[in-house]
Amino acid sequence: MKYVDEFRDRNLAEKLAKAIATEADPSRHYYLMEFCGGHTHAIFRYGVQDLMPDNVTFVHGPGCPVCVLPVRRLDDAVELAERHGVILCTYGDMMRVPGTKQRSLIRAKADGADIRMIYSTADALKIARDNPDREVVFFAIGFETTTPPTAVAILQAEAEGLTNFSVFCNHVLTPAAIGHVLGSPDPRDLEQVRIDGFLGPSHVSAVIGSKPYEAGAELYRKPVVICGFEPLDVMQSVLMLIRQINEGRYEVENQYTRVVTREGNTKAQALVDKVMERRDEFEWRGLGTVPDSALKIRECYAAFDAEKRFAVSEKQSREVKSCECPAILRGAKKPTDCKLFGTVCTPENPMGSCMVSSEGACAAYWSYGRFREPAKKKEAAA
Amino acid sequence: MCLAIPARVVELEDGNIAVVALEGVKKRISVALVEDIEVGDYVLIHVGYALHKVSPEEAARTLQLMAEAGVLSEELAEIGESAA
Ligand code: SF4
Repeated sequence: MKYVDEFRDRNLAEKLAKAIATEADPSRHYYLMEFCGGHTHAIFRYGVQDLMPDNVTFVHGPGCPVCVLPVRRLDDAVELAERHGVILCTYGDMMRVPGTKQRSLIRAKADGADIRMIYSTADALKIARDNPDREVVFFAIGFETTTPPTAVAILQAEAEGLTNFSVFCNHVLTPAAIGHVLGSPDPRDLEQVRIDGFLGPSHVSAVIGSKPYEAGAELYRKPVVICGFEPLDVMQSVLMLIRQINEGRYEVENQYTRVVTREGNTKAQALVDKVMERRDEFEWRGLGTVPDSALKIRECYAAFDAEKRFAVSEKQSREVKSCECPAILRGAKKPTDCKLFGTVCTPENPMGSCMVSSEGACAAYWSYGRFREPAKKKEAAA
Repeated sequence: MCLAIPARVVELEDGNIAVVALEGVKKRISVALVEDIEVGDYVLIHVGYALHKVSPEEAARTLQLMAEAGVLSEELAEIGESAA
C-alpha cells in the first residue's frame, strides 16, 4: 500500500530530524509538553526523543485518564461494589489501579464484589437489561473522547426505561487541565516545570475541535499544535512548535488535519451537552483541585446519576507513600526520580496509576524508556 | 485507553448500529456519534463507538502502525473479549 510505504520511509523521519536540528536555536532550550499519554507512548515506543537535538525536551503531561483519577474516586467505586452491592461495570484499564491500602477493583472482585470489565457502554446496558433485579453502575472515566459514549448510554437507558442503570461520572476536560498546568502551577514546581509549548491531543480534539484551546494559548502565550499519534506526526508537530516559538507566536495550529477540524464533532458535543454539565471543580491526581475541569450529570438526568442514588461515605483516601505519580503528572518529576520505579513498582505489580495504564509515563519508561535514557546520555557526553 | 482503531463498515442495522470488520473480526458498534455513515466507510472506533470517519489511506496506515507497535493485538483482544 502506497501510504504505508510512504510512512515507513525513514528518509522522511531523517529529514524532519534534520529540520528540527537546524531550526532549533542552540542558544535556548525548548520544553514541549505532550499532554496526551498516547503521545508519551509513541515518543518512547519509537525513540523520538533520540531523534531530537539536546535542547529539545519532552515534558510528559497529565493526559492519561486512568492516571489522573484521584484515589478517593476509585475508593468510592470500590465502595459502590462492596457496600452497596451493585454490579460495577468498568473499562479494563481501571481494574489494577491501586486505591487506598492498595485495594484495587481486581482485589475487590477477588473478594467477591460483582465487578465486570466491559469494552463499551453498550455492554453495561446489556448487563442492566439482563439483571433487572440488580443495580448496575457504570464507572465512567476518561477525557472528551470517552465522554460521548457515556452520554449516549444514558440517553439510551432513558429511552428504554432502564431504571436499574446509573453512571458514576468522572469525565474530565482537557483544555481546563492545560490551562491549570500553565496558569496555576504547584508552588513546589516553580523551579522544575518549564513549558514552552504543547503537543495537543489528537482523538480528544477530533471530538472537541481545536477551538477550545485558543483562549488558553492566547492567555498564557503558549503555542499549541494538535498532533496525530504517529511518530512522524509528533516530529512534524515539534517542528511546527519550534517555528512558532522562534517567531514569538502562540497560536493553535493543527498538524492532524486528517481527522481534526476547528469545530470538532458537533453531534457528539451536542449529545454530551444534553446530558452533562460542568462541575465547579474536580480533584485530579497530581494537579489538585482544578476549577471547571470535569463534567457531572445534569439534574434532569439525576435518575441515572450514581452519585445521587448511592451515598458514599467520607473516607481517608491515601496514595501509596513515596509514589511520585502526582509530581510526574504535573511534569515536575520523571519516573526514574521515583524510588520505587522498576524495583518495587513494575507493570506486574503497580504501586501507582502511572505504572498501570500503558499510557502512563512510568509504564512507558519501563517498557521502552529505561534502556534509551542512558544511551542518550552517552551520546550527549561524547 | 484513548486509542481509537480504524475499521470498515460492512453492514448498517437499525438503532444506530453498524457491523464493522477488523482483521477478520466482526463487531457490532454504535454509530450514534457520527453522521452520514455508509457501508464501505472507514471509521475510528473508540470503546465501541465510531468517533469519526477516516479515509481508507488513513485507516491503512494507522492499522499498519498499530500492528508494528504491537498495540493492534491488544486492542483486538479487548474487542474480542467483549464480543462474547
Ligand atoms: S514508579 Fe510506580 S510508585 Fe513510582 S511514581 Fe511511578 S507508579 Fe508511582
